[in-house]
Amino acid sequence: MLDVPGWPGHLAGQHVDVRLTAEDGYQAQRSYSIASPPESERLELTIERIEDGEVSSYLVDDARPGDVFELRGPIGGYFAWHAGLDGALALIGGGSGVVPLVAMLRHRRAVGAQTDARLLLSARTLEDVLYREQLRDLRDSSVAIHLTLTRVSAAPADWSDAWTRRIDREMVAELGPAPGADARFYVCGPTPFVEEAARLLVGLGHDARSVRTERFGPTGG
Amino acid sequence: MAFTRGFHGRRRSDVDPARLPPGQYETNAFPVLSAGPTPHTPLEEWSFAIGGALGEARSWTWEEFTALPSETVTADIHCVTKWSKLDTSWKGVPVDVLLAGTEPRGRFAVAWCDGGYTTNLPLEDLTGGKAWVAYQYGGEPLAPEHGGPARLLVPRLYFWKSAKWLRGLNLADQDEPGFWESYGYHNRGDPWKEQRYWSD
Ligand SMILES: Cc1cc2nc3c(=O)[nH]c(=O)nc-3n(C[C@H](O)[C@H](O)[C@H](O)COP(=O)(O)OP(=O)(O)OC[C@H]3O[C@@H](n4cnc5c(N)ncnc54)[C@H](O)[C@@H]3O)c2cc1C
Repeated sequence: MLDVPGWPGHLAGQHVDVRLTAEDGYQAQRSYSIASPPESERLELTIERIEDGEVSSYLVDDARPGDVFELRGPIGGYFAWHAGLDGALALIGGGSGVVPLVAMLRHRRAVGAQTDARLLLSARTLEDVLYREQLRDLRDSSVAIHLTLTRVSAAPADWSDAWTRRIDREMVAELGPAPGADARFYVCGPTPFVEEAARLLVGLGHDARSVRTERFGPTGG
Repeated sequence: MAFTRGFHGRRRSDVDPARLPPGQYETNAFPVLSAGPTPHTPLEEWSFAIGGALGEARSWTWEEFTALPSETVTADIHCVTKWSKLDTSWKGVPVDVLLAGTEPRGRFAVAWCDGGYTTNLPLEDLTGGKAWVAYQYGGEPLAPEHGGPARLLVPRLYFWKSAKWLRGLNLADQDEPGFWESYGYHNRGDPWKEQRYWSD
């Protein structure tokens, strides 16, 4: 959670660049999606700790309330959604790729939009699912949420209809809506996950121009 | 300068700092930045076209294109998402070869691609040995997620200018923002001046 004096406002789906500066002037910058909806006063980022990650391990292990960071943003006007857009909202997230998608769903709820919204989420285990409780609430309201867990052998008792394998054609078909329907797809996560999900969508007959992607990083998840 | 409490960073002693533009870090991976699904155009359907504000339009099939004089290029590439990759090796046709004998009337160009992506460049950044249309990376055919069959290679600008899935160049006498350029990214994108976003 960050207080950003003079924040100009953002769209759900956009990101910020965080810059860290060591005492000798050495700097490292990385991009992080904004998890909070535009309606929220504070800026929320969710960072997944990557083993040996220079910036993520600092932010997760060492950063404390009261610390000050340099931010740039909001950045990115393409991987963004607002409730005024027509068509169904169909979201596919892998790992921390759920972060900008959560911002979209929170925005939809904050403004009371009736947009048809669906989410297909892939994570290693149920414990790795970011925003687990919020997603449960959203599911109880009006968002169709599908979950697949890639590193467990059986669906957990409290999410009994979860799949337990890597994303495939059946899941993407189940997510819907049917090809040809008016929909906007937002796909976000590690690069190989996004490649696969986008390939599946186009393979099912969805127009490539309706699929927006954000690739977070080089390795798989 | 504002310091970040407790941040030391992971410096790499083996990188020559003079090769890294401001705000960049070196990676050995080859991350991917694209706005949508990766297109897969069969080589039989592929062609490359030069058109717009020049004397005569030209185009090549894949076979014709790969028979043009080519060069092997070793270059450092810098992505706006902060990673840099040093000493990458490519093979491709110099844009100078593609434009040889034409008479461009304007100073600008738009690179256009499968998937609808475009990016704009001043002609000056495309000519004089600064740009190629690359179809091999590391001695292998260029992989689709990295822009194959062929992509633009303009190492002196941020890598989004090196448009993937390139199908043609349109010359123009007026500058028109391309895809990322109309979504907040800098019009020119010089990494050494850290021209990342509109406000830079
Ligand atoms: C537009 C955008 C939005 C992003 N939003 C978020 C977000 O909301 N939350 C979040 O946690 N991350 C997000 N990322 C990823 C983030 O920017 C960093 O790449 C990530 O935190 C790793 O940085 P690091 O310094 O810790 O690791 P590094 O020190 O850069 O890398 C350490 C090792 O991890 C590998 N690696 C780097 N990035 C990733 C990755 N994303 N996944 C798996 N392996 C990786 C590297 O190849 C290297 O081997 C986003 C990236 C982009 C481009």
